[in-house]
Amino acid sequence: MPSITYVHPNGDEQVIEVVPGTSVMRAAVTNGVDGIVGECGGQAMCATCHVYVRDEFLAALAPMNDDEEEMLEETAAPRDEERSRLGCQLKMGSRLESIVVDLPSMQVEE
Amino acid sequence: MGGVGAERRPDGGAPGVVIVGGGQAGIQLADSLRTEGYNGPIDVFATEAHLPYQRPPLSKDFLGTADDPSALPLRAEKFFAERDITFHRGVSVTGVDAATRLITSSAGDVLGYAALVLATGARNRQLAIDGAELEGVHYLRTLDDATALRVELERARTALVVGGGFIGLEFAASASQRGVAVTVLERGERIMGRVLSEPMSQHFSQLHGDASVAIRLGEGIARLTGVDGHVTGGVGTSGALYAADLVVVGIGVEPNVELGRMAGVGVSNGIEVDSYLRTSDPFVYAIGDCCSYPNAHTGTITRLESVQNAVDQAKVLAKTLTGQPTEYVELPWFWSQQGADKLQIAGIVDVAGDPVLRGDPACGKFSVFCFRGDHLLGVESVNNTADHLAARRILSHHLPLTVAQAADPLFDLKAYSRAA
Ligand SMILES: Cc1cc2nc3c(=O)[nH]c(=O)nc-3n(C[C@H](O)[C@H](O)[C@H](O)COP(=O)(O)OP(=O)(O)OC[C@H]3O[C@@H](n4cnc5c(N)ncnc54)[C@H](O)[C@@H]3O)c2cc1C
Ligand code: FES
Repeated sequence: MPSITYVHPNGDEQVIEVVPGTSVMRAAVTNGVDGIVGECGGQAMCATCHVYVRDEFLAALAPMNDDEEEMLEETAAPRDEERSRLGCQLKMGSRLESIVVDLPSMQVEE
Repeated sequence: MGGVGAERRPDGGAPGVVIVGGGQAGIQLADSLRTEGYNGPIDVFATEAHLPYQRPPLSKDFLGTADDPSALPLRAEKFFAERDITFHRGVSVTGVDAATRLITSSAGDVLGYAALVLATGARNRQLAIDGAELEGVHYLRTLDDATALRVELERARTALVVGGGFIGLEFAASASQRGVAVTVLERGERIMGRVLSEPMSQHFSQLHGDASVAIRLGEGIARLTGVDGHVTGGVGTSGALYAADLVVVGIGVEPNVELGRMAGVGVSNGIEVDSYLRTSDPFVYAIGDCCSYPNAHTGTITRLESVQNAVDQAKVLAKTLTGQPTEYVELPWFWSQQGADKLQIAGIVDVAGDPVLRGDPACGKFSVFCFRGDHLLGVESVNNTADHLAARRILSHHLPLTVAQAADPLFDLKAYSRAA
């Protein structure tokens, strides 16, 4: 089964195994990974599922569409040009058997 | 206005916040109260026995074939224990006594409150015509509704949708993608006519037509017909016959206001609240789909049905309840996914206002800037998140925008909106 490793800002790691097709956002919300909100239910509308993908997995990701590109400018924590993605747009499966993502310090502006 | 007080409750402890409704608004409030540092008791009552879930996917991905058929939760199961929130799953609040500040529940609880928050949402308006009770006639609000529809979609060949609003059309697009022949009956002159500008409604009519969804305008439903208790079709108000083995009714919702009435607070189209989301009783509040409030952007009393509204009202109320009185002034925004097309709305569109096109509808990516005279009220975008986000900034910060700027494709909207 594909697996997702979430690394919290304090270094703690949570590893979650998922069925293929599950997004990085859905797995986090379902399992209560703090630091991912997913307010819009995965519609690329809220930017509260922001993650930083570790370099070694970038090549395996599906390319970004325009919605995601624009939404990433709205993230609460700073965007990283290379590594920032919306967790709801990253689906695990065929090309992406495992992934490690760093969680940003915040998802919602206070 | 102070924060939440500390008096006794029937079990001897101090009363806390009682939240009625485990939907988007109620769960967000419970979460935000803890984030704001409130450490008194929080009790959430939820009629639905499911782990609280997100409704928007129910008329979209959930009805497709590809996705995981499980609901998307609002929070994980362990959330309630971790945040010390008492979650009364499958339990309804059945009574409110505002004088003694006590609620009663379907499980026999009697509980005092320092603050009672009604986040009861809305329920589907029911068809009251012959045949409405037939099997195969569906509504779409809850996970149970969506699960039943998903099962029916496995065998349905023809579907009749009553009402050309967001939910009916999202369903139509999903069903049509699965090869079901769909007809939509809309009583008005155009689809989504209560909420969208004329050009945007036309555009979506065309998109649905291209996807082989038949749309009948100016046509209501007179009665539904059936054989052996199962629906076989309907008769339109024009007398036309429509065969269907599945009927989906999407004719709007009614706010759940009964507890507001019991509490003796003002109720009209929703439980009436002021800009702090307070009802006429100082200990009772209302948020989300069930409340009507003074909208800072339209200057009118509105009742909105959207995730943004439910979430933002909950966040604002959490501040007020923790001693930081805050008015709700957030800009409304909304989205709808119909087949491959994403509609995004910032602000509130005046359907009778003056629409200004930005971009070319024929290329499938454009926006309609909805003015009243020279005042911008709302912006609808199709497959154009850049315009949508710029519009959100322009409207929230009340930046002036002229009709000529909106219509000029060379005017850099994004840069302008960021200059705020
Ligand atoms: C199919 C569908 C698709 C949607 N799509 C979108 C979309 O794309 N974008 C968008 O912005 N919005 C969308 N919405 C609207 C959005 O989901 C709602 O605005 C939002 O869920 C409102 O949250 P709420 O908490 O106010 O109400 P609800 O989510 O309705 O929650 C209220 C809860 O309170 C419970 N309750 C009521 N009375 C009692 C009682 N006495 N005791 C205990 N519990 C009680 C109800 O059972 C219900 O579970 C959609 C809605 C539906 C149904
Ligand atoms: S869940 Fe809203 S953008 Fe990903």
